[in-house]
Amino acid sequence: MSKQQKMVKSEVANLVKKLVTDNALEMDEKKEIPADAIQKAWELGASISKVPEEFGGFGMQDSPIESTIVLEELAYGDMAFTIAVMQPSLFISPILELGTDEQKKKYLPLYCKEQFTPCSCAVNEPHFGFDAANMKTIAEKKNNAYVLNGTKCVVPLASKSKHMLVAANLDGAPNLFIVSADNPGLKVGERERNIGLYALETNKVTLENCEVSADDRVGGAEGCNFSRFLQKSRIAMSAIGTGVSRASYDYAREYAKERVQFGEPIAHRQAVAFMIAEMAYEVDAMRLLTWQAASKIENGKDAKREAYLAKIYTGDKTMHVTDYGVQVMGGHGYIRDYPVERYYRNGRGISTLEGVASI
Amino acid sequence: MINLELPKPLVDVNNSLKGVADGIFRPVSRQYDINEHVYPKELDIFKGGAKGGRKKKKDGDDKPKKDKGPVEFGANMTTVISVEQMCYGDVGFLLTLPGAGLGNAAIDAVATDEQYERFGQKWTAMAITEASSGSDSGSIQTTAILDGDEYVLNGEKIFVTTADRCEQVVVWATVDPEAGKAGIKSFVVEKDRPGFKLEKLEHKLGIRASDTGTFVLKDCRIPKDNLLGSPEVKTKTTEGFKGVMKTFDNTRPFVAAMSVGVAKASLELLKKKLEEQGSTIDYEKNINNVSAVEKEYLMMEATLDAMRLLTWRAAWMADNKIANNLEASMSKAKSGRSGTLITQKTCDLLGPMGFGTDELAEKWMRDSKILDIFEGTGQIQHLIIARNVLKLSRNELK
Repeated sequence: MSKQQKMVKSEVANLVKKLVTDNALEMDEKKEIPADAIQKAWELGASISKVPEEFGGFGMQDSPIESTIVLEELAYGDMAFTIAVMQPSLFISPILELGTDEQKKKYLPLYCKEQFTPCSCAVNEPHFGFDAANMKTIAEKKNNAYVLNGTKCVVPLASKSKHMLVAANLDGAPNLFIVSADNPGLKVGERERNIGLYALETNKVTLENCEVSADDRVGGAEGCNFSRFLQKSRIAMSAIGTGVSRASYDYAREYAKERVQFGEPIAHRQAVAFMIAEMAYEVDAMRLLTWQAASKIENGKDAKREAYLAKIYTGDKTMHVTDYGVQVMGGHGYIRDYPVERYYRNGRGISTLEGVASI
Repeated sequence: MINLELPKPLVDVNNSLKGVADGIFRPVSRQYDINEHVYPKELDIFKGGAKGGRKKKKDGDDKPKKDKGPVEFGANMTTVISVEQMCYGDVGFLLTLPGAGLGNAAIDAVATDEQYERFGQKWTAMAITEASSGSDSGSIQTTAILDGDEYVLNGEKIFVTTADRCEQVVVWATVDPEAGKAGIKSFVVEKDRPGFKLEKLEHKLGIRASDTGTFVLKDCRIPKDNLLGSPEVKTKTTEGFKGVMKTFDNTRPFVAAMSVGVAKASLELLKKKLEEQGSTIDYEKNINNVSAVEKEYLMMEATLDAMRLLTWRAAWMADNKIANNLEASMSKAKSGRSGTLITQKTCDLLGPMGFGTDELAEKWMRDSKILDIFEGTGQIQHLIIARNVLKLSRNELK
């Protein structure tokens, strides 16, 4: 890590310690993240630092690797908090990279503000075999507009967002459309009840003959490089998975040293110690795969393969590591007072969800 | 600056060794698997060149050059890249490259100039393991008793790699059985010393191109100055022993790289066979929407990358003189086990092609198994990792 990267890491880590660590259980129970906590994290500027100043950003150089460091540290605190705080990235990042000049001018200033302003992205769909590369939500060209039809789910902060990106297939190819919340064809459903991420409001979103101006197709008449969008979202999820897993590993490791059974700490038994060892190197493996993919993007290359492998690996191993976290703690791991229970539920989302975070 | 892409010079090393793996190793890989104990004469081209040799140390060589930041790569990174590619060819051949025995590494590291003059150019095996002393190398029973100007060695050494082909052996023995690890020293024993006998050559599950044997030492007398390093027994410290064990921090990533190489060979064959049968590997599609075999393949490819990255990290740290005991063990624990599983699963997915010997898949499954065993079993690596992250002593976590 460079000096800059170490600095960013410790800055985010400190913020997480102050804002999140001790409050994560309460946020989870109350199913709400305090607005001032989100605002404080927003002020780090992670979502808008790379946006040019003319659109309200800081005009700094984009660093995908730095983004993964930020995401891992945030997720080390809480995954729901991470997705909420970073949510605008999902809207800002694709428009900045893939949008037309008009789209940048029109939309970026709305969300690159000092005040956290929710905007969202609808990718997931509630059906078996959902595939971001081949969605069932359809867009059809009609005169100077596109008409969208389909159902989306697990759309974070949908009810609070004035705009969202909607992913839909147009002539068999995935595309992104900018849809305004007041579009009569867009209906935001009730808050969903998920296995994890209790603190994060997510909704179903229905598109019924939802008419979108041709100007609001991301990238204009040519469409956009959707694969790029997926790559960045997959790398982000991998970074979050690494953070959640590391949190579970750290907690279980310290517990194993203190928990005494049969006259000595359970960490003194190989059966437990070897689980801890495995958690340790799997967390590192996840991070390295994430960085490998982010390196590709940082070097201006395509990261399709690396982003995909990072996501399937972290998705799988997050379940494995957070499961071990619960298992090492035995009955206590099953009780909600201890965070490993939450890590296990939240971690389920890494492999399942697409397009709920972006670098 | 984090950058996990290989720098250009290492890409070149990788490419040129691909030629060796494909052109020299693969065509005779099966032949020497069948003809166990026959020396692969094709390896003669490596004579005199395989061994890294000893660099003259200059003042300040050991210190990281702080003002210039971390080095991109050094000898360790170059080695793991080379090892992976050569083992992609044949891991057994790498283990028996003429002149590049494990004992040579020990001589390079600790011999005096006078000793290096005498021993440095000869192919040297390393004899540590005994029938009742495997991972617990501190418990060896072979003795070396000083008698005038000579040490008299007695004992038996097993699992010695290149036992038949080497010219001399670095033998670990204790000069004082009462002193425990502090008494353990290493000695160069030339093959023609009376009382030093190659008892037998093993028949193995895999890496059959590499000869493995048992030596018996019976009142074997060697000059006193064949002892490598200091003869002094410091009863209160085990520094000497620890020093020897420390060399394993460097070699564990090499073994991890071997596993990466063999697993890569397996997966490449599997991918080829899959594609021949009409499957295409798609790096975008939901993993649950591909066939079961493709899913297995993709997960294994991700695991292979994870193994490789853990290995590179440990080697890069060594190049930058950063203590890497933990990371070296992580690389070997992960790669050793995963390599075994990947080569097994490849045979499974290949069906009868993975059971028959027309393809090399079954050989790779046999070869890769040793990589989770030698230079510290996977379980020993887990112990090292666990003690390290839990900050427990060897008495607390046994």
